[in-house]
Amino acid sequence: MSTPPIGPPTPASEQAPPTPTQPKAGTAATDVQRSSGAGLRKAVLGSNTLWIFLALIVIIAVFGALKPTAFLGSYDIKTIFINASVALLLSVGMTFVIITAGIDLSVGSILVMSGVIALKVMTAVAGGGSASSGAGWGTIVIGILAGLGVGAGWGVINGVLIARLKIPPLIVTLGTFGMALGASDVLTGGVDIGGVPTKFSAAVGAGTVGPVPTMVLIAGIVTIVLGLVLHLTRFGRYTYAVGSNTEAARRAGINVDRHLIKVYALSGLLSGLGGLLSLAYFTTTTISGHTTDNLTAISAVVIGGTSLFGGVGAMFGTVVGVFIPVVLASGLVIVGLQSFWQQVMIGAILIAAVYFDQLRRRAKSRP
Amino acid sequence: MTEARVAPIIEARSIIKTYGHVQALQGADFTAYPGEVVALIGDNGAGKSTLTKVIAGVIKPDSGELLFEGNPVEMTSPLAAQKLGIETVFQDLALAPDLDGAANVYLGREILKSGLLGRLGVLDKPAMKTEATKVFVDLGVAIKDAGAAVANLSGGQRQGVAVARAAAWARKVIIMDEPTAALGVVQTENVLNVIRRVRDQGVAVVLISHNMPDVLKVADRIEVLRLGRRVATFKGSEATIESLVGAMTGALDGDLVR
Repeated sequence: MSTPPIGPPTPASEQAPPTPTQPKAGTAATDVQRSSGAGLRKAVLGSNTLWIFLALIVIIAVFGALKPTAFLGSYDIKTIFINASVALLLSVGMTFVIITAGIDLSVGSILVMSGVIALKVMTAVAGGGSASSGAGWGTIVIGILAGLGVGAGWGVINGVLIARLKIPPLIVTLGTFGMALGASDVLTGGVDIGGVPTKFSAAVGAGTVGPVPTMVLIAGIVTIVLGLVLHLTRFGRYTYAVGSNTEAARRAGINVDRHLIKVYALSGLLSGLGGLLSLAYFTTTTISGHTTDNLTAISAVVIGGTSLFGGVGAMFGTVVGVFIPVVLASGLVIVGLQSFWQQVMIGAILIAAVYFDQLRRRAKSRP
Repeated sequence: MTEARVAPIIEARSIIKTYGHVQALQGADFTAYPGEVVALIGDNGAGKSTLTKVIAGVIKPDSGELLFEGNPVEMTSPLAAQKLGIETVFQDLALAPDLDGAANVYLGREILKSGLLGRLGVLDKPAMKTEATKVFVDLGVAIKDAGAAVANLSGGQRQGVAVARAAAWARKVIIMDEPTAALGVVQTENVLNVIRRVRDQGVAVVLISHNMPDVLKVADRIEVLRLGRRVATFKGSEATIESLVGAMTGALDGDLVR
């Protein structure tokens, strides 16, 4: 009974058994040169990302042509990058979240609370009152760790509520958005507090490494590292898989709940880091200044070609999506238009980006 | 193969499963031997899907015994079944549409780069693509580019990815729930060839199908379920459509071949 009774003969003798469990080192090595970078290139070109990148280039070219000296001067470029760095951190975390088909509305509030806690801890360790202004690096590092811990902690709470209790991400993070902001108000009495250690604000907020502002350097390194994590590692692969088909990911043996918790924790941690940068830059807690950070980050991610339906997205697109509003804001001021126009234009770009994403999805998905 | 001498790879005994008032399985038995294609057939509601889900670890039976290589096993999850070398091609395929074919074949079992990069979790995408392409070619699945997103593939190609994924990992048993249901003539023939090739590697193939000609083409043995019980077993070479339909509908009650 080893030969099939009916049907075309099976060339069984020619078939090598499929044994993908143990890849042969030789076959893998020959292919590395050919396709290394191909995945990244495809991720960049495969979506709206290319078009939105071209849009950014056009915007820069237009402003550059209108006011070449002012717009492309090094002062303005530096300002653009500094303004973008905190938003970039939030948007990088948001990219992971949205690729899992989730959403995180709590980023701005977590940012505020991380800054508040970091400063409170620094002040307490330094001995209270205004002593914190002159605090040393030991005190500062303790405050930094506290701020990052608060951020990651809120992220874990988001993740557990979403993954384990199956509460929709929109509701969970809307809840923690209010909770973290409210708690910050409770801790400070609703009034911004100062006393940020001078060493901290000088090194991180106003400092530079060579010609590059420290804030920009930190945000840049984090973005590049997490971009590599998203596109090249198993963690990134699982992020796409969970967003693409949660049930398939679960049946493939991926611990979906734990992965979601990690993704929201990452978003919280980056919000915490953003809080620290903001604290160092403004030398105060800026409690009321971050209520729309979540929308800024979501817009940036979506404009960058990441799909709200999950499973699709690229880190490079997010970077472009962060810079478009910042460049527009700077450019409009320079050419003498009201910067309010930036909000109008971003709104239109956002709607257009989602429309094109849906067109692409419809064209792609075959019955 | 000589059934008398080869021990069953998997055996279900007196499985009972009720949903509310509905008794899906009323003491169902099932046996699969290594290196055979065993078709599980039955009319709608006979309990085929429920029985295969029990074997695949998707649902837990109310009572009954499951033996794997002669030893009683508790199949608590699909993962537990996978650990034993049992893979399932579900009717809904369970693919991630935004990932490519290679990524789907390796989903949850990714190959990492060697050395430090691997410890950091960096994927060896070229190796996975090469190996997945090899699996597709070996199984005759017509997928030109293992790097194309599954959403961009045709229905038959998606089926091919799902079957290849299960075939690549099944060491002992592969369960296929209606693998040819949505396919054209050529694609169906391809899947049947895949089934034969997997069988020839010594894996037991459990084929659930409504398509009697397909079953007769490829099955070494046929087990018939009716009203939640095994009512007949045929040798593939001896069965006819009439005898199968008779057993499914109850016209040939008591005509047990083995």
